[in-house]
Amino acid sequence: MIKFKLNGRDVTVDVPDDTPLLWALRDELDQTGTKFGCGVGQCGACTVHVGGRATRSCITPVSSIAGAEVVTIEGLDPAGNHPVQEAWREIQVPQCGYCQSGQIMQAVSLLKDYPNPTDEEIDGVMGGSLCRCMTYIRIRKAIKKAAAAMRQETASHG
Amino acid sequence: MPFFRVGDASAPFRIGGRVIKRLLSGVVGAGVLGGLGFLYYAYYPAIAPITPPSASSFSAEQIERGRIVAAEGYCAECHTRTDNGGGPELAGDYKMETPFGAIYSSNITPDPEVGIGRWSEEALRRAMRYGVSREGEHLIPAFPYDHFTKMTDQDISDLYAYLMTRPAVHMTQRPNELPFPLSLRIGQAAWKLMFFTPGVYKPDPSHDDLWNRGAYLAEGNAHCGACHTPRNLMGAEKKGSVYDGAVVDNWIAPPLNEHNPTPTTWTEDELYQYLRNGVAPLHGPAGGPMSPVAHRFLATVPEQDVHAIAHYFADVDKASERQKHDKAALELAMEQSKKDLIGPNVDPDAKLYQGACAACHYNAAPSPVLGRPDLALNNALWLDEPTNLYQVMLHGLTAEEGQSGVAMPSFYNALSDADMARIAAYLRRTRTTLPAWTDLEKKAADVRKTVKPIPVNSSH
Repeated sequence: MIKFKLNGRDVTVDVPDDTPLLWALRDELDQTGTKFGCGVGQCGACTVHVGGRATRSCITPVSSIAGAEVVTIEGLDPAGNHPVQEAWREIQVPQCGYCQSGQIMQAVSLLKDYPNPTDEEIDGVMGGSLCRCMTYIRIRKAIKKAAAAMRQETASHG
Repeated sequence: MPFFRVGDASAPFRIGGRVIKRLLSGVVGAGVLGGLGFLYYAYYPAIAPITPPSASSFSAEQIERGRIVAAEGYCAECHTRTDNGGGPELAGDYKMETPFGAIYSSNITPDPEVGIGRWSEEALRRAMRYGVSREGEHLIPAFPYDHFTKMTDQDISDLYAYLMTRPAVHMTQRPNELPFPLSLRIGQAAWKLMFFTPGVYKPDPSHDDLWNRGAYLAEGNAHCGACHTPRNLMGAEKKGSVYDGAVVDNWIAPPLNEHNPTPTTWTEDELYQYLRNGVAPLHGPAGGPMSPVAHRFLATVPEQDVHAIAHYFADVDKASERQKHDKAALELAMEQSKKDLIGPNVDPDAKLYQGACAACHYNAAPSPVLGRPDLALNNALWLDEPTNLYQVMLHGLTAEEGQSGVAMPSFYNALSDADMARIAAYLRRTRTTLPAWTDLEKKAADVRKTVKPIPVNSSH
């Protein structure tokens, strides 16, 4: 039995220790927003947050995150209105959409570290999140738009 | 007159014969005396067994002080079984691989038959100070009494109170796998004669109290040198190479002195963060056998003791002399951190790194983000061998290890030996100024053999 926090609530899964976190999320906990891409941590589609850090869930054994806090695309914002999600919709980033939950989770974590990211920083961090539809230009644009919105939000609250 | 009479050719030989006889009897005599002396040196009587003391014979304060002593000496780390599904705390049977064969730690719970329940405080003190069991048997120096000998009576007394109030576990350890003659306990006495100097730590009056507290802990109870000082062929710490770093449990325990190769210095603050929280902002997380030292033990002791150890090692590694280069080193590392990742990218090794690693390990000036360990600053890239880099790639880090609450995936199934070798070569050539590592693919395979396979059924 492995316990951790998923999107703010305590969960327990009864799976072998070496089960990938991705399987536990999708098959045991019905959080299917996170996708299986390459299965070897090379494409970014399965990215979730562990302790606030973007983490490839397909190669992370679930036992290794026991006790940690996991956030998936479902838990990013109760109404799906995180500034990155809003920017994604406004700019119509996705084409086929398969990679987008991973892209969004990676982008949110990028903005935590670099609230005003340069192209270089976006490429540096997002380079491991692949999009087979080649929507990279729109991804970059959406990240900048979300960053601006988040800065404004912080300013108006500050 | 001739000096020798003709025909008396034996004269010099007679004289010589007498000398040889005398010499021989001298040697035999010295041998006998030496042998007797050695037996006297080696002989320790058994200390009479006692009725296990009741828990109420110790005060709560003393038990708590003992808990801290036990934590600062990591007793539970080597006295708790980790293979075969693990074992009860302090009940022994921890398998320790040594170059001489596997040995199994003893049960130090107060079980009267198989633990130390019948040990008096004096027996524990003798074990800590001289490496001798209650029964009078020499202990193997895998039990680092060469460090514990420096502990004060008070600390040992408190430790006794703590150990004797733990739950007794009736569990015996597996027999040691040391070959003859190493299996003879008398041999341990010879080892002591050659390499062991007993004696409580003597404060160095040229340093302040904090330094002396740190030195007392580091050299004694915390036995840092047991992993971080290389050992000679007889398994003793090399006197001339104190804290030069050593291989232990298939990891490299890095140098703790001025030979530590990281580009930014291990300052008192970096050391404190690392030892207390398991992660240092400019060096990265504690992995492998070092992780529990921080999380399981030093996180639970008085803050001031961890400050003292950090203070001491900042002196050992000469931080004050070296840290003037840190600013430039950090700037350079931040530049190197993105080498071949940005813009048109033709290096296939960099592409591999970008896909597998950069999302978490890319950093931009002025300083790495906590939780985004910068590899250009990390020990793993600057050591003589890629061992630790490979270990972390294969194992990953659990949420308990390194920086609490965050995890690194295991690339055991994601990267082949060839892929690991390419990433290692790329990092070494772009993030350090050191010569390339050699035989990278073979070394990846070697390290992989030491890792319990992680059969993540990730692709199907």
